[in-house]
Amino acid sequence: MAAPPFSVLAMLRFILTRVSLIIPTFIGITLLAFFLIRLVPGDPIETLAGERGIDPVRHEQLRKEYGFDKPIIVQYGIYLARVLQGDLGKSMITQEPVLNEFSALFPATIELALCAILFALILGLPAGIIAAIRRNSIFDHGVMGISLAGYSMPIFWWGLILILLFSVQFDLTPVSGRIDVLYYIEPITGFLLIDTLLSDEPEAFWSAVRHLILPTIVLGTVPLAVIARMTRSAMLEVLGEDYIRTAKAKGLSRFRVVALHALRNALIPVVTVIGLQIGVLFTGAILTETIFSWPGVGKWLIDAIFRRDYPVLQGGALLLGVVVMSVNLLVDLAYGLINPRIRHTR
Amino acid sequence: MTTETMEAPAVASPTATPPHPLREFWGYFSANHGAVAGLVIIVAVVLLALLADVIAPHDPNITNTTIALKPPFWQEGGSIAYPLGTDPIGRDILSRLIYGAQLSLLIGIVVVAISIAVGTVLGLVAGFFRGLTEIFIMRLMDIILTLPSLLLAIVIVAVLGPGLMNAMLAVALVILPHYVRLARAAVITETSKDYVTAARVSGAGTTRLMFREVLPNCTAPLIVQASLGISTAILDAAALGFLGLGAQPPSPEWGTMLADAREFVLRAWWVVTFPGLAILITVLAFNLLGDGLRDAFDPKLKR
Repeated sequence: MAAPPFSVLAMLRFILTRVSLIIPTFIGITLLAFFLIRLVPGDPIETLAGERGIDPVRHEQLRKEYGFDKPIIVQYGIYLARVLQGDLGKSMITQEPVLNEFSALFPATIELALCAILFALILGLPAGIIAAIRRNSIFDHGVMGISLAGYSMPIFWWGLILILLFSVQFDLTPVSGRIDVLYYIEPITGFLLIDTLLSDEPEAFWSAVRHLILPTIVLGTVPLAVIARMTRSAMLEVLGEDYIRTAKAKGLSRFRVVALHALRNALIPVVTVIGLQIGVLFTGAILTETIFSWPGVGKWLIDAIFRRDYPVLQGGALLLGVVVMSVNLLVDLAYGLINPRIRHTR
Repeated sequence: MTTETMEAPAVASPTATPPHPLREFWGYFSANHGAVAGLVIIVAVVLLALLADVIAPHDPNITNTTIALKPPFWQEGGSIAYPLGTDPIGRDILSRLIYGAQLSLLIGIVVVAISIAVGTVLGLVAGFFRGLTEIFIMRLMDIILTLPSLLLAIVIVAVLGPGLMNAMLAVALVILPHYVRLARAAVITETSKDYVTAARVSGAGTTRLMFREVLPNCTAPLIVQASLGISTAILDAAALGFLGLGAQPPSPEWGTMLADAREFVLRAWWVVTFPGLAILITVLAFNLLGDGLRDAFDPKLKR
């Protein structure tokens, strides 16, 4: 049976297969979050109630409510049902639902992560392309050396060094936070760069930008290194292909060959790598947000650990896991759409 | 008679013997200057760690508030007795870094050893038994890979309690999937080869096939991954230490030193600069070594 070049059926099957593959992953993540509370030494109700303790009547009531008197598999079922309804418990400190706290803080993390990936792309793609075209030149060696250093960078230290340089030495950028305390910006989208533009205080926008610079560089460093290396090797591979030789032989300009013929094909693996960097970004965000006191979900999670706020830790880890899982799925689907070869392998 | 004359040229003359595999390997490896530099740095760090008692000028834990926050020797107020300065409670930074090298190497080696031991067994089992066992193991590994690595490590440490031992266990679990995947992939490619069939036909049991026949043939990628794994382990353990979840003060672990000194960043640049530099250099060295090993094991890829 000859596969048609574009068939809705094949596409549908591809999408369904990929979507169904995430179900075990989702169950795994919920199992992990479920057992997390039970692995903490001591009684889970007391763990959830915190250090203040709890009176026996309420204890018994909660035991029933959470189903701790039932078999473990039933308990998991109850937990899963709650999660699917969006009930991730309440923070022990603020008594706010975990989901609300997460969605209030998540835009700050996304804003930082988007800026970081943009920074990495703007520098990483051209660096990788030029390094590939001028293979073995000083530029090539320089880019590869710097990117290996970037890849090996302890970003929590990198952040401190940048603060030392730019904030302490030259007084160019603020040390921490998202915006100067003088501004109060009504959260409309949650993204300060947009919200400040919507407000009538142009100064606030620049304040937000200045606060973003260092965290963006810190969080973008590892993706930048990875993207530059990946772009270079993908370009090198493509530049050796026959169709590039054909294009050159046809007398096309060097720019045309590189920009149109080579880059388009080299970008496919690069797109995947960018997708896979999303998980790395969230990991980095935890460290970056801690250094710069950036009010996002990473700092929130770390604070939760030290406050022994287990519902926040449990719910936050679950939500972050689900976000990364969904992004990976989207990348996977996008990859299938760009590259028909992938779509037809199954 | 004719067979003898036919065979004669087939016997290789002694002058044409190929170079010893190790020599050939070294030839490829030493051509890569970065890899050699990485190896030299690693040897230096290992020597520092082993000879810490002899080399370190001071006890890493002796505090002396009268000499707190002394700058490095080349700055005004510094002294050659404390070459890289002292920390907020007067401990010599150079000595702490040297003792910290012991910890970082220990972390790297223990973490990767645990991961390789557990990972290869899981991978071999998945590759040999296929079916449900394989699906279960590989799905589990996919889940670990899906979660951001440091997030998973943080969650594990938060549950088990902060400390160097728990941090190492957490990082070992986080890097486990790489080894499982490697071992499984090796099994799947190797089991279809003739030598495995020959061993099987001559009556070798599954355990023997797994560990004596197939495993030795996938050591090259495992060694490469081990070198890269050590760098990840050192980096992640330092990150956990920095977040206060790894080694606890007064341990001279580099990440913990950074966390300790963080609030002094505005007053004393040296207390944060040197521990981080130590992490960066060591991690970079292991990455250089790993890259070099990969190219040397697979020269075809390079040329």
